[in-house]
Amino acid sequence: MIKREAVVIGAGPAGLSAAIEAAKRDADVLLIDESLKAGGQLFKQIHKFFGSSAHRSGIRGIDIGKELLEEAKKYGVEIWLNCVATGLFKEKKIAVEKSLDNQNKTAEIIKAEKIVIATGASENAIAFEGWTLPGVMGAGAAQTMANIHNVLPGEKILMIGSGNVGLIVSYQLLQAGAEVVGVLEAAPEIGGYGVHAAKIVRAGVPIHTSTTIVEARGDEKNGVKEAVVCDVDDCWQPIKGQEKIYEVDTITIAAGLKPLMELARMHGCRCDFIPQLGGWLPLHDKNMETTYPGIYVAGDSAGVEEANTALEEGRLAGVAIAESLGYIHSNKASSIKNEIWNRVDGLRLGPFGESRLEAKEKIIKTFQ
Amino acid sequence: MPDRVNDHPILGDTTRKETVNITVDGQKIESKKGEMIAAALFANGIRINRYTIKREEPRGIFCGIGQCTDCAMTVNGKPNVRTCVTPVEEGMVVKTQYGVGEREKNDD
Ligand SMILES: Cc1cc2nc3c(=O)[nH]c(=O)nc-3n(C[C@H](O)[C@H](O)[C@H](O)COP(=O)(O)OP(=O)(O)OC[C@H]3O[C@@H](n4cnc5c(N)ncnc54)[C@H](O)[C@@H]3O)c2cc1C
Ligand code: FES
Repeated sequence: MIKREAVVIGAGPAGLSAAIEAAKRDADVLLIDESLKAGGQLFKQIHKFFGSSAHRSGIRGIDIGKELLEEAKKYGVEIWLNCVATGLFKEKKIAVEKSLDNQNKTAEIIKAEKIVIATGASENAIAFEGWTLPGVMGAGAAQTMANIHNVLPGEKILMIGSGNVGLIVSYQLLQAGAEVVGVLEAAPEIGGYGVHAAKIVRAGVPIHTSTTIVEARGDEKNGVKEAVVCDVDDCWQPIKGQEKIYEVDTITIAAGLKPLMELARMHGCRCDFIPQLGGWLPLHDKNMETTYPGIYVAGDSAGVEEANTALEEGRLAGVAIAESLGYIHSNKASSIKNEIWNRVDGLRLGPFGESRLEAKEKIIKTFQ
Repeated sequence: MPDRVNDHPILGDTTRKETVNITVDGQKIESKKGEMIAAALFANGIRINRYTIKREEPRGIFCGIGQCTDCAMTVNGKPNVRTCVTPVEEGMVVKTQYGVGEREKNDD
């Protein structure tokens, strides 16, 4: 067993910023990530972010990612890539497994004084006839293929879901050279921001509301060849006789994200079901600390939001850790945390942000 | 056939020059250095990675980030390798996986 002062699990925007804020104030920080490259979802996000200048609006996710990696290096954050946290056991012990699937794996137990869980989220799937056929995939998988691996996931694509991920990824698939034949949305209204929707509509991609997918058709050899879609009634049930067939080779699902919170639950941190934030998640206070002292949570694993909020929540956790380890005076820490909270509140505006703000406030209240 | 994205409006020239040779079910395939096995397969028009044990149904990538195991294949004799998060290596032997796969003898 090895020992560390602070261990951050997950090197997305939340984990990176937590590690940077703690290391900047001289804490000894180990950051682990199961991927071969740190950055989490950021390197897929080739679009410009919203918000005021304090929120780095107009900057692309990929560029924020590069800056964070440089900062982490500058402040001496130790990073273990290709290293997955498989368990979190009593008294803050983390089990990790290292190496790729095609190599011999090794295991290690790390005992940490402080832990940040910043594992992000996983995509929700929806089940329909034929949904397991090759060619049906998460929107995130298609985004990863196009933007990270620079390979087209398909030529003719149908997107299911018009939330921000569905809209943004549709646009990015067009940019990569694919044809997006349409975006389906079961609800009567588009789920994501109007600007993102307008962008793809201008590019000639129709968005069909009150419409769902009922079947993916194809064969054992080639996977998807057709998508059967149908209008839905007020109760979201397909209306018989309204089926339509699209010839597509790929169907991408953007049906929302849910927090990856298994590690927190495994350690016995109290969790609750909060639909506005993606489902089950560990409760936390204003320091992002869970019900188990010394275990913090930040970013999507603390409730699904956006890259900017993940960054700020990570910073909160990082500062709080430095404070509780005695690297920063609590007066100074309070004023820094207040500044961050002001920025976070500024991000939780608008119809989407407000419901998340309300949910977050409730979490913090129940906690007290 | 899905293709590589070599000229991107935001990312610019994304051409990967260095190539790596791998074998997929006995067929030689050219892949790019540093890319994941699943990406190399996609670029070569292959999107079935394995067949399930009970109903023998085909599976291909679903999450693309190592969470779902739908993309598992047998790599250099080792089954259950998630090809979406395992990079190609020169001379790699990749095989479609049937069921849970079987570890081949020459593998340590
Ligand atoms: C596919 C997808 C697309 C998105 N697109 C956008 C977008 O375009 N714009 C936007 O604002 N938001 C987007 N989001 C929302 C997302 O909220 C943020 O962008 C942001 O990336 C969340 O940051 P994070 O640090 O919490 O998580 P992530 O960026 O997901 O980082 C989590 C990291 O933890 C690692 N990890 C997970 N579990 C373990 C473990 N057990 N052990 C070790 N490492 C682990 C993962 O490999 C990953 O690197 C997207 C999310 C997804 C999933
Ligand atoms: S596609 Fe899900 S693990 Fe590879």
